[in-house]
Amino acid sequence: MGLSHKNTERLLIVENLEKLYASRGMLGAKKEVLALQGVSFSICPKSTLALVGESGSGKSTLAFCLACLERPTSGRIIFQGEEITALDDNQQRSVRPQIQLVFQDPARSLNPRFSALELVGEPLVVQGRLNKRKREERARALLTQVGLPQEKALQRAEEFSGGQRQRLAIARALALEPKLLILDEALSALDCSVQAQIANLLLELQSSLGLTYLFITHDFAMAGHLADEIAVMERGRVVELGAADRVLCEPEHEITRRLINRIPQRPGKRKSTA
Amino acid sequence: MTPLLQVQDLHVAYISRAGQKSSALAGLSFEVLPGETLGVLGESGSGKSTLAAALLRLLPGNGIIEKGIALFEGQDLLQAEPRTLQRLRGGRIAVIFQEPSLALHPTIRIGEQIRDVLAAHESLSRRALRQKTLRLLADVFPADTARIAESYSHQLSGGQQQRVLIAQAIACGPSLVVADEPTASLDPSTQQEILTLFRKLREKFHLSLLLITHNPAVLAGFADRILVMYAGKVAEIGPAEKVLASPQHPYTRALLQSMPGRVEGHANHHKSKLAVIPGETPSLEVPAKGCRFEPRCADRMELCTKREPAAVDVSESHAVSCFKYGE
Repeated sequence: MGLSHKNTERLLIVENLEKLYASRGMLGAKKEVLALQGVSFSICPKSTLALVGESGSGKSTLAFCLACLERPTSGRIIFQGEEITALDDNQQRSVRPQIQLVFQDPARSLNPRFSALELVGEPLVVQGRLNKRKREERARALLTQVGLPQEKALQRAEEFSGGQRQRLAIARALALEPKLLILDEALSALDCSVQAQIANLLLELQSSLGLTYLFITHDFAMAGHLADEIAVMERGRVVELGAADRVLCEPEHEITRRLINRIPQRPGKRKSTA
Repeated sequence: MTPLLQVQDLHVAYISRAGQKSSALAGLSFEVLPGETLGVLGESGSGKSTLAAALLRLLPGNGIIEKGIALFEGQDLLQAEPRTLQRLRGGRIAVIFQEPSLALHPTIRIGEQIRDVLAAHESLSRRALRQKTLRLLADVFPADTARIAESYSHQLSGGQQQRVLIAQAIACGPSLVVADEPTASLDPSTQQEILTLFRKLREKFHLSLLLITHNPAVLAGFADRILVMYAGKVAEIGPAEKVLASPQHPYTRALLQSMPGRVEGHANHHKSKLAVIPGETPSLEVPAKGCRFEPRCADRMELCTKREPAAVDVSESHAVSCFKYGE
């Protein structure tokens, strides 16, 4: 994977990222896990990169490093031309709003006691943006944007269905007008029909807001549907990277072929829809 | 062939603290034949987990079986005495729940947890118990059984924990295994391994399997027949290939169309909108007069709001509850 492209064309560039977790086991034995090694890739603005791999391949560690929630052991992350790995914690505060995360299980990532408005407005409170009235206006606009009815604005998170909760999580992630959205298995916990609704919402938001997505998943079929490029990870390394169609139709790496073959066959032929 | 399990007109409701009744199963009827795998396909709120719990009489305190019959090996499970139930559960009918890490005891070794199941149903010597436990582990694990018997559940991966639950389930030679989303919390390759294990075991022990899932892809090539549930009712039931390849109920059709295409020839669908079912699953607190899928249905007719459609045979052993196919 060469880095021949000009830095300015890319929203995000990751170079040679490495993350080492060290833990002390019982009896003081030191255990080291190399969660990421030599990871390099980049994402163009307004495009989607899908990161596919099995559990434990390092996908979530990578997401945490990108969102400035973990510091990589070595390597560089360049976001909008700025090397964010070189910033100290204080300076990173100004980068974090631009890179937002949506997690797998909205039931666990949203405070069940908060109302929809509070949840969506909270990032603005944390960042000290807007006054109370403006915040509410913004929060209401966000609810509309993700397809939630205004009547539900004062209901608590626990009163929403799984799909609606994921819409809330997306609205919350959008509150600070990020450039990059990291979707960490954001569809995996949802029913098939709800997955389709949320996938469509993500496509809509991408074209209306010009968002860039890092779509982390183990679902190759959905990755193929949503992504422009696919990176396949295994044991902390990116083993294959390329245009979505190319990776799916002519996988080069053995791991990719194995993962694609394990996509459960989609039942039946698609009947043409009128 | 006489069915192994015959469920007729099963109604189950939950009573909320405020006394509000919501009907989770509203007249479910189906059969499971000996050695057959019946896939129950339904999304959140369709009542599929309630079905598993009701058959084993494991409903929570606020769940009541309003009416119905569930004949299993000649006995009505819904009327069975506690002693009989105890003998049946784990003995003749075994159940595997969704989250394997929650189903295993955290501080008891795996071997002992399997021995407990055996000891509850069979009177065996310590030695025989030990041997049978190891044999069961050998049925579900390719290797390493002695080490696994000595492990605690947290030392095992999700897939391994699920294998242990399967060993417990088959321990006493049941004729029916009810598996509620047995692969939902596993990653795709582990899912495939567990399904392969089920394939092997159902053949070896001539098991009937009631496999409950929200994912049609799990059932493709695995189930013999599929029962599609929507809002506590059977929307469609028929041979697996027919239901998946040419679904007849508008709900089944819309559900299958909402999945992203298979890899081959996907290019033209890339980044296009997926077909969706508009709206949300209905609230079960409000009793519906007509078809429960009507508000979301693309093929709705005037009749659909008036009364509920009954099951209509569209071909041999393929029935659909929809007015499109007659009244």
